[in-house]
Formats: sequence, C-alpha cells, structure tokens
Amino acid sequence: MPTVRLSFSPAPAHVRTARLVGVAVARRAGVAEELLEEVRLAIGEACSRAVALHRSHGLDALVDVAMADGDRFTVRVVDRAANGAMVHRTPQDEAVVLLSDPALPLTTPPDLLAEEAVAARMGLALLAGLVDDLNVSELSEGVGTEVRMSWPLERSSD
Amino acid sequence: MELSLSAYDSGDHKVLEVGGEVDVYTAPRLREKLVELVEQGARHVVVDLSRVEFLDSTGLGVLVGALKRLRAVNGSFGLVCAHERLLKIFRITALDRVFQLYDTVDAAIAASGAGTDSPA
Repeated sequence: MPTVRLSFSPAPAHVRTARLVGVAVARRAGVAEELLEEVRLAIGEACSRAVALHRSHGLDALVDVAMADGDRFTVRVVDRAANGAMVHRTPQDEAVVLLSDPALPLTTPPDLLAEEAVAARMGLALLAGLVDDLNVSELSEGVGTEVRMSWPLERSSD
Repeated sequence: MELSLSAYDSGDHKVLEVGGEVDVYTAPRLREKLVELVEQGARHVVVDLSRVEFLDSTGLGVLVGALKRLRAVNGSFGLVCAHERLLKIFRITALDRVFQLYDTVDAAIAASGAGTDSPA
C-alpha cells in the first residue's frame, strides 16, 4: 500500500514540490543517502514527463504520484494522456527496451531535434540510465501511462 | 533554490553564470536569456553551470537549443561543468558527445577562442 500519495495539477511549478516530497519520503523509508540524488532526478523526470504529456494533450487532470516502502522503495507516477512512450527495464535485464515512442524517431541526432523533443527523449534516457528497476506501461484501466520505479532499501522502515 | 542568471563579457565571449535549479519550471527563463544574448549579438557563449544544483532534461533541451542557435550564426557554445553529479547526466544522455564541456570558464574561452573565430 502507498505510504504517501500526492496529486497535482499539471503545472511545471509543482514538479519541484513532487521532487522534494519524494526525496523526503525516500530518505525516511531508508533509501541509501548516495541514491537520493538519483531518486530526486528520476521523480522529477517522471513528473516532468507527465506534466508535458498533459499539457500537450490539453488535459487538466491531476498527475498522481504514489510512494510505498515494502521490500523496496517504489514510486509510481501516473499520467492520463494517450500515446506516451513505453519503456521497460528490470534489474535482471541490462538492456533498456524502448517499446514505442511515436513522437521521436530514435535515429535523429539530439542536436537536430526541437527542444521539447530533446527534453522528452533525454528525460526517458535519464530515467532508463538512472533507474535499475524501471517500467513505463499503459494503464490497465483507462487512458494513460504509469512510470514505475523502485530502489533498494538500506534498512527496514519504521 | 531559485534559478539565478548573470551574464558578463570576457573578450569577445559572453559568459552566462547559472545557479540554482534548472528544471521544467525554470528552464524557460534560461531559454529566454540565451535567446536574448544571441539576439543582442553574442556569437561566442560560455554557460557556466558550476553553481547549478539541479539540472533535468528540460534544461538539457534548452542547452541543445542554444547550441543550435549559435551554430546557425557560426558562433561557438561551451559549457563549464566540473561536478560529477552533472557530468553523469551528460554522459547518460550521450550529450557529452554533443557539447564541448570544460572544467573552467578560462578553459572554455581558450578552446573556442583558439578555433573558429579568428578572421581569415
């Protein structure tokens, strides 16, 4: 069960709030200090991605963030937009599989893309590069995607 | 921490010192500043990221945009970035192969000054 849930309107200003809350919850859950910077960046990227998707689709719906500490510290960031990119990576599988990314042909060099496209692609690259356990998938119910990430815990939380 | 931007001249280079957090909220201000510098005639721009505490993909997008703008006017664009925390972001995204990254402002100016801008 999530220990902390956060929902925010898709405004860029709220992404920082989500980062701050995420790092505070991760620290309290027992994520190692040296991983907190990665947690901060990854939560920021996942939330930025959700905000960008909502804004590009003209959606006012809230972005949902749920954080839970069980065996690992798990963060789920849920958007309500169609056509988000799919990414899958597990700790057992070193390869990152970009399953679909309709907006961004991967063969285009970054310096030839528009800024927004660079940001979107680099956001996914950062998520995939930072998070060992990452899964971006379509929601099982309704329209949207879920970015699910987890990190190991150093100690059991209280 | 809020974004801070401060530009100064060093020879024919414009140096933009950036501090604080560059993210989806603050990156538009960085973009505006870089566009303004180029529109005002800057052709050799060095962005000093030494005091940046946080940089995300939106900030990377803005920096790529500035690189393209300066290439289009035969200018140069260098980044000063010595912190491992930020260098890792450039490596993960493979943008360390797109940008010229330097440890110091002096090194960035020396590198671009020695190259393309000497009159034929």
